[in-house]
Amino acid sequence: MAFSLHGVNVPHRKNTATIPAVRMPVPKTVSIPMVMHIGKPAKPVVKAGDHVDIGTLIAEQDGFISSPIHSSVSGTVTKITDMLVSTGAFVPAVVIESDGENTKADLTPPVINSKEDFIEAVKKSGLVGLGGAGFPTYVKFNTDKPIEHFIINGTECEPYITSDTRTMIDDADDIAEAIEIVDKYLNVGQFIIGIEKNKKEAIEKMNAIAAKNSKVVVKVLPSRYPQGGEKVLIFNTTKKTVKAGKLPIDVGCIVCNCTTMAFITKYIKTGMPLVEKTITVDGACVKEPKNVIVPIGTALKDVFDFCGGFKEEPQKILYGGPMMGISVPNAEVPVLKQTNAILALNKKEVYAPKQTACIRCGTCLNTCPLGINPEAISRAYDLRDMPKLKKAGIEVCMECGCCAYNCPASRPLVQINKMAKIAYREYKLEQEKEANK
Amino acid sequence: MENLLHISVSPHIHGKKTTRSFMLDVVIALLPATIAGCVIFGLRALLVVAVAIASCVASEFIFNLILKRKQTVDDFSAIVTGLLLALNLPANIPIWQVVVASVFAIIVVKCVFGGLGCNIVNPAITARVFMLVAFGSMTTQAFPKNLDSVSGATPLADLANGTTPDLMDLFLGNVGGAIGETCSLALLIGAVYLLIKKVISWHIPISYIATVFVISLIVEGFDFTKALAWVLSGGLIIGAFFMATDYVTSPTTPKGSIIYGVGAGIITILIRFWGNYPEGVSFAILIMNILNPYIDALTGRKVFGGDKK
Repeated sequence: MAFSLHGVNVPHRKNTATIPAVRMPVPKTVSIPMVMHIGKPAKPVVKAGDHVDIGTLIAEQDGFISSPIHSSVSGTVTKITDMLVSTGAFVPAVVIESDGENTKADLTPPVINSKEDFIEAVKKSGLVGLGGAGFPTYVKFNTDKPIEHFIINGTECEPYITSDTRTMIDDADDIAEAIEIVDKYLNVGQFIIGIEKNKKEAIEKMNAIAAKNSKVVVKVLPSRYPQGGEKVLIFNTTKKTVKAGKLPIDVGCIVCNCTTMAFITKYIKTGMPLVEKTITVDGACVKEPKNVIVPIGTALKDVFDFCGGFKEEPQKILYGGPMMGISVPNAEVPVLKQTNAILALNKKEVYAPKQTACIRCGTCLNTCPLGINPEAISRAYDLRDMPKLKKAGIEVCMECGCCAYNCPASRPLVQINKMAKIAYREYKLEQEKEANK
Repeated sequence: MENLLHISVSPHIHGKKTTRSFMLDVVIALLPATIAGCVIFGLRALLVVAVAIASCVASEFIFNLILKRKQTVDDFSAIVTGLLLALNLPANIPIWQVVVASVFAIIVVKCVFGGLGCNIVNPAITARVFMLVAFGSMTTQAFPKNLDSVSGATPLADLANGTTPDLMDLFLGNVGGAIGETCSLALLIGAVYLLIKKVISWHIPISYIATVFVISLIVEGFDFTKALAWVLSGGLIIGAFFMATDYVTSPTTPKGSIIYGVGAGIITILIRFWGNYPEGVSFAILIMNILNPYIDALTGRKVFGGDKK
């Protein structure tokens, strides 16, 4: 097995790393969609005309993998409407008009005496993976298996984004406390803070935590995308391999984003659920790039306006970084729980060469961190050859985009992989049906 | 719903490498050898190069035009094919034969298979073999102007007869042969450029040349000078660095590349020592081109966390 997994050297463009986050004024309205996590949409519990405060529950968890949602402003619910979200689905969204008072709901810090209390508290807080994936955090913690390594992800390998960096610098104490809390209630062997070496100040802060807590180790990793991919990070910090179709906990690992950790402390101290988010606002079109603390549900347009508006007409606006981020149709869409950055990129930044024929150079498969062969996937997908798709590694693709980033023929490899995944999933369901007959 | 932004699947940024930049790098890397060839063999060599490139580009352009296919000459691959082909032809070849070779390389070997990326064998190498078999063009070698063409023999013929050519002459290219293959120095400068620019990896050329060197050493009874002469003679250096590394027809993984290089080395040696032709590099690469899909199928990377293969 390779010493460390492959990847690509993407430009850093961490323009905002040295500026502490600033809080933006509360917007006039927020629209909060019911899907801001992986899993089932939350069920709204408010109706038009209801008064809500900051932290009031507006939607309850529905099912095991789901998460409750709270109001991020004080004001009146104006409507519950269908909203197009980035998955392409229409989901209900609660639209709240702010009264500008910013009154907080009557909240008390959770009482925690046991592991069950702790997991219940994390569940109630509406916390999801804040690194971008949005997987409900309590589900990860709710395990009986021993956690040999609890890995805190501070790699932030995407270009532009610095919100995690700022959290590690500004909220280092919260992260240290969260480690103690998690250690108290979960059965953890060792805490590993994985961090890319281009974040000097954050590394110092994390080293200070490790100096005080003997259970904490800081691993400084090369700045190579996708260092923060879950399987990649686990391998590069512990040399453990998460098998295809398995979860990190199957090898005794939990990976948790550093901002997610910092939030745990904040919640346990104040009882204020997840209603605001620190996001990086950047891209060549933004006048004053910076990190901004934003109420969840704020329209991207309001956030960009707070950053001085646009210098030039953006070509693409993204949730998240340029490697895995999601492009949005307009700036009216809201900031979500798991949003860690919003970028407005100009033509030059999003330039991709004209697509040409595959020349079989092998760049894609030699840069893939997970040893997938995107070239073989493209060919197998064209032929709908499912066994070949499996052999080429379609099941483990995490869509990090290394292949497409480096492809000299500029082929849409991630898109092909996504479509191939859908075809493969359908094929597997078909197979299961056959087997059950 | 006006003013919609561009929407696409991630990633939203792209690296600097393109097919065209790769091809341009190969052309740049071949420039020293081209210049050396013109110095050694005179301006006739330049004419061959110009005709080959022009006919290759024209063939592809006209083919696409007639078949109403998307024009692909702007990927510069036809220029690379033309240049490589010219460097593999002797300077005194009749010009009409250069045109025939170019049309063969582009139309028969590349375009009818579907264009760049779909050809199963390397166009330049196949055209060289075609010229050798059909016209015997390669057997009437050109010689440097300062050498007497009557007394001179190609270094490979010399070696086969048991005499060792001067190593310095071999290194600088002051021997008979095709335009671009004689000057090892110029070829190595280009090879280093390609390696530094990461256009090619070391796996194929080094395993290929090392195999030829080691077997020559054994066959020649551990005579280092002779083994080195076998490496520097004929088309091995240009073949190993510029022809065998053609992306389309070589394996995609490092493991496969080494198998490919060793295989080409063994075939080269078999032909050189015991075959009918003095040179085996083109045949070796051609045969490995054909075996390449099988090598690729057997040497895929292991999927992370996947089942053992």
